[in-house]
Amino acid sequence: MSKPKLGVFKFASCDGCQLSLLDCEDELLTVAGAIQIAFFPEASREYVEGPYDLTLVEGSITTPHDLEAIKEIRAQSKFLVTIGACATAGGIQALRNWKDVTEFTRYVYAHPEYISTLETSTPVADHVAVDFELRGCPINKWQLVEVVNAFLHNRKPNIPTYSVCVECKRRGTACVMVAQGIPCLGPVTQAGCGALCPAYNRGCYGCFGPMESPNVPSLGEWWRSLGVDDRDLVNALRGFNAYAEPFREASDVYAQQA
Amino acid sequence: MSTPSKPETRAISVDYLARVEGEGNLKARVRDGKVEIVEFGIFEPPRFYEAFMRGRRFGDAPDITARICGICPIAYQMSSAHAMESIFGVKMEGALRDLRRLIYCGEWIESHVLHAFMLHLPDFLGYQSAIHMAADHRDAVEKALKLKKVGNDIVTLLGGREIHPINVKVGGWYKVPAKKDLEALVPDLEWALDAATWAVEFTAGLPFPEIEQDFEYVSVSHPDEYPFNEGRLVSNKGIDVPVSGWNDVFEEVHVARSNALQSKVRERGSYHCGPLARYTLNFEKLSPRVQQAASKAGLGPTCFNPFQSIVVRCLETLHSVEEALRLIEAYQAPARPDVPFEVKAGEGHGASEAPRGMLYHRYRLDDEGYILDAQICPPTAQSQMSIEDDLRRVLEASLDLPDDELQWRLEQTVRNYDPCISCATHFLKVEIDRG
Repeated sequence: MSKPKLGVFKFASCDGCQLSLLDCEDELLTVAGAIQIAFFPEASREYVEGPYDLTLVEGSITTPHDLEAIKEIRAQSKFLVTIGACATAGGIQALRNWKDVTEFTRYVYAHPEYISTLETSTPVADHVAVDFELRGCPINKWQLVEVVNAFLHNRKPNIPTYSVCVECKRRGTACVMVAQGIPCLGPVTQAGCGALCPAYNRGCYGCFGPMESPNVPSLGEWWRSLGVDDRDLVNALRGFNAYAEPFREASDVYAQQA
Repeated sequence: MSTPSKPETRAISVDYLARVEGEGNLKARVRDGKVEIVEFGIFEPPRFYEAFMRGRRFGDAPDITARICGICPIAYQMSSAHAMESIFGVKMEGALRDLRRLIYCGEWIESHVLHAFMLHLPDFLGYQSAIHMAADHRDAVEKALKLKKVGNDIVTLLGGREIHPINVKVGGWYKVPAKKDLEALVPDLEWALDAATWAVEFTAGLPFPEIEQDFEYVSVSHPDEYPFNEGRLVSNKGIDVPVSGWNDVFEEVHVARSNALQSKVRERGSYHCGPLARYTLNFEKLSPRVQQAASKAGLGPTCFNPFQSIVVRCLETLHSVEEALRLIEAYQAPARPDVPFEVKAGEGHGASEAPRGMLYHRYRLDDEGYILDAQICPPTAQSQMSIEDDLRRVLEASLDLPDDELQWRLEQTVRNYDPCISCATHFLKVEIDRG
């Protein structure tokens, strides 16, 4: 039986999520033995045409060109997985969605007329059907290996959707918000990082995006009671997953009150 | 991809440059044996970091700007933290400073080995990728992957994870390690001393085209140390200014014809940042071991052949391994993980040496610490004009090659720089006017 074909594509992003694949130093050659790396320009000059059995897409949709390209990639893909906060939520560059992109362009570039960009940065799933979304800024490489492994064995990936709090408990980290009064997004953020930030004495900043059914307004009240003003609360919710619906809606409410 | 359109005209077009970080392309046209156009273009979509940083708190800068690049997040954390600290009058000293150097050693090791062995070496040995190369050179690829992992292990231990680590903050760290945590890295680092020495020897034996370029090299330079976080900005053609003088000596230009925002030396032109620049400008700061390895590799105290950058990356890897061991040996955990400071308004500058070259940040803050203005000049944007100059000269010297080999040679010329295109937020797609 021929090996399944893997395609790795990118849009607006930092390359960190696809780099996670190359950061699997001990597993990379094994993975390459089980899968044909057909298109992965960050790693290889080789270009094998689609269709692809497994497609990984990094990055958000921000240009008219990319809007067309993602449709073509979808058409060439049997199983399409988006990886990282850019592809699943629009990324940090989605901060433009609240601003005037023309002003942004003028601020950064001397000749804004050369810039071709959309008003918004949006997740891939806003434009095409996505078979699985892997969260994180960056993704956790072990979760990526799990997704690839699950695909190879035709099963559902085992990726939890509970909050970072569960990981803190499991790790034995005392709650930084309760014990030290440090504002933390952990109660509304999906697990996956291993509850890193609280283990380093800082609050979670939400890089894995909203957990399943988060209660953001309740957490917002906790933050206010710790003395966080609404401007900083808005900034905290408008991070790497700013445009994910629960964070977006809550941030809009606080922005009106700020 | 490359097609001769007329008998006397050769057009080379690489639509999607592989084995670089980010999305770039390459176009060249030769007519009657004369190079008419050479352009290295970037179609990485703009993300507008400098624009959306306005209104964020100073403390967000290390976390947010790290997301400019997944390969060198530490560089962004360092340059932004130092820029903010310069506003608040905070100086990194003692163990806190050493830890910043140590995490940078980790980033240099992982990034340099990734580039040298996974992205660049396949060009020299004629493979499409390191994975193809592994079929014939499995031992070398496995050894390189293990060496890369030693670098990532340093970043993970100090930063929590290898990509976008979470422990660096303005004023120091959220948490500092115990001495015994760092000592756990020592056996692998000792192995890495030999492995990095092997990497220098291995890459020194590769065939290099005999090309020397008249680069203006620019790097950070420190009186006592090979540069990471601190020092003045210097060049081999007379620049010597404090970091806050960046805008006095360099300018960013949005060239209409090439449609890209590039940095240049004011009233002069292109310059080159990165390992070759650091090496040539700071050779005497390298340890006897690294200098000896360089001499065995056939390199003198300067290097102007961009194809030999692969050897210099391995020399800097050796330097980073040695430096990491030295820092760990000297380490005593500090009493607190950060330096207290008061937030105030002002303008601050930071320049540090990302694996692929100098990275400059400038911020202006209001009195509550919110960002009013941001400027970020990544190394690849600073070297872009130099890359195009270099491509033109390589092309002129290589016209006897058949099209497919010539295309590969030009791709390799770009990869000599380890370009980080996602970093280069100012890069745009090149539109060629074909007349």
